[in-house]
Amino acid sequence: MQFIFKRLMHSDAQADRVVPPSGFTAQLTLFAAGSMAFLAVFALALSLAAGRLATQWGEELARSATIRIAAPDEQQQAQTNAALRILETTKGVAQARALSDEEQAALLAPWFGSELQLDALPVPRLIEVIETSDGMDAAGLRLRLAAEVPGAVLDDHSRWRGPLVQAASRLRLLGWASIILIAAVTAAMVTLAANAALAANAQVIAVLRLVGATDDYIAHAFIRRFTLRALIGAAAGMVLGMIAVLFMPRGGDETASFLTGLGFQGVHWLVPLLIPPLAAAVAFAATRLAARRTLEGLS
Amino acid sequence: MIELENVAYSYGGGELLSDISLKLAPGSFHFLTGPSGSGKTTLMKLCYGALLPTAGHVRLFERDVRTLTRDDVALLRRRVGVVHQDCQFLDHLPVAENIALPLHVSGRSAEAQGEDLSDLMHWVGLTERATATPPELSGGERQRAALARAVIMSPDVVLADEPTGNVDWDMSQRLLRLLIELNRMGKTVLVATHDLSLIRATKSHVQARVLRIANRRIQLAGADL
Repeated sequence: MQFIFKRLMHSDAQADRVVPPSGFTAQLTLFAAGSMAFLAVFALALSLAAGRLATQWGEELARSATIRIAAPDEQQQAQTNAALRILETTKGVAQARALSDEEQAALLAPWFGSELQLDALPVPRLIEVIETSDGMDAAGLRLRLAAEVPGAVLDDHSRWRGPLVQAASRLRLLGWASIILIAAVTAAMVTLAANAALAANAQVIAVLRLVGATDDYIAHAFIRRFTLRALIGAAAGMVLGMIAVLFMPRGGDETASFLTGLGFQGVHWLVPLLIPPLAAAVAFAATRLAARRTLEGLS
Repeated sequence: MIELENVAYSYGGGELLSDISLKLAPGSFHFLTGPSGSGKTTLMKLCYGALLPTAGHVRLFERDVRTLTRDDVALLRRRVGVVHQDCQFLDHLPVAENIALPLHVSGRSAEAQGEDLSDLMHWVGLTERATATPPELSGGERQRAALARAVIMSPDVVLADEPTGNVDWDMSQRLLRLLIELNRMGKTVLVATHDLSLIRATKSHVQARVLRIANRRIQLAGADL
């Protein structure tokens, strides 16, 4: 990065003037670099948000489990107590607590309405289990519960947690793949534009060779131009992309809705700032390669 | 300076030049003549490393051209001023900048502002056209601008390929006088031309040798010119 910057600053204004200005193609390069940067901001937001969700869901869900005690009324309290005793001696359980009738009524309210008399129904008792960060041995716990508390069913959420976390991880992967594709397309686009510029300026190159310009000097006139265009275009695209992300509607619990959580958080706001220099680096490399190839074919 | 030893050059099919041996000593003035299509331009290009011989050896400043890298060739061209028949410029830059271009590309931009440039512009009579762009120049002005550009680096050798190609007699006389002046300043000069009357007109002013390409070979032309 520093090397590129130094090389760019080193070349004098005269070297820039030897290649005639090109209005329309220059604007196309700017536009394309800008669009790519804009897309890159979104891909980045998607990747970072998906990554955040995958981690969050993975952690939160992995650390909580539920035990359902479905037993005849007279045994329910005894079985609940038995289950709680087992949990107290289970490794990896930080906290276990039976939900009160009120809490269970609140959980059921969305489904049955608040008028429901819980006592009238054989509602199983729920025990909320919070695991330590090390996690617990769910299979072992299941065996112990089966032996001592016949009415207990352990649900460690892994059944529905798995696919969600997997989907979020996959989304993150796709986001990063998109960013790589965007970089590759930027490189392809700059290469095409540079090749067009080199072809259009064949006479300029011939004259420069004749008067003793080295390949480096000639290549640099083109490299500098395309690198700066990519840098400026990408900077504009990045700013617009970040404004768009900033004004995404948000709210609600992030775990509840993926869409409202799409965006950057904290230091992640700094990550898109890498897009313009990266675009410049890609343009630098692409133009350099194109110029080398063209120049080596000339006498 | 420039040495060709049993050089041959062929374009795809037949051989254009064969068994050419030639030595341009420092400070010499040579004419190169021959019918058009005989290989004058090709021979010139061999002399500044634009073409590599298909056989034999070309030595420029004591170095075999085959051993030169692309950067070596670029550096070599700063010591060899070349004027083409159809001289090309950077059409978007004014004449003065075009003439100073060799200074810029060799990192000596500072000198481009100096008096040397204005002296040179005066010498080729282009002072008043300094801000014009090359497409606005007449044929003769282009040739003189090309000559000025060829000598601004104070090269050891000046190669001029049909420098009087598109100009009238008076102008070609003027150009030749400029080349003779350069030769008097110690430059090695090689001028390719098919115009024998030009050679005759010049011979009275300078000790020039005439090389003629005939039947793919080079001969030293005698006094019959």
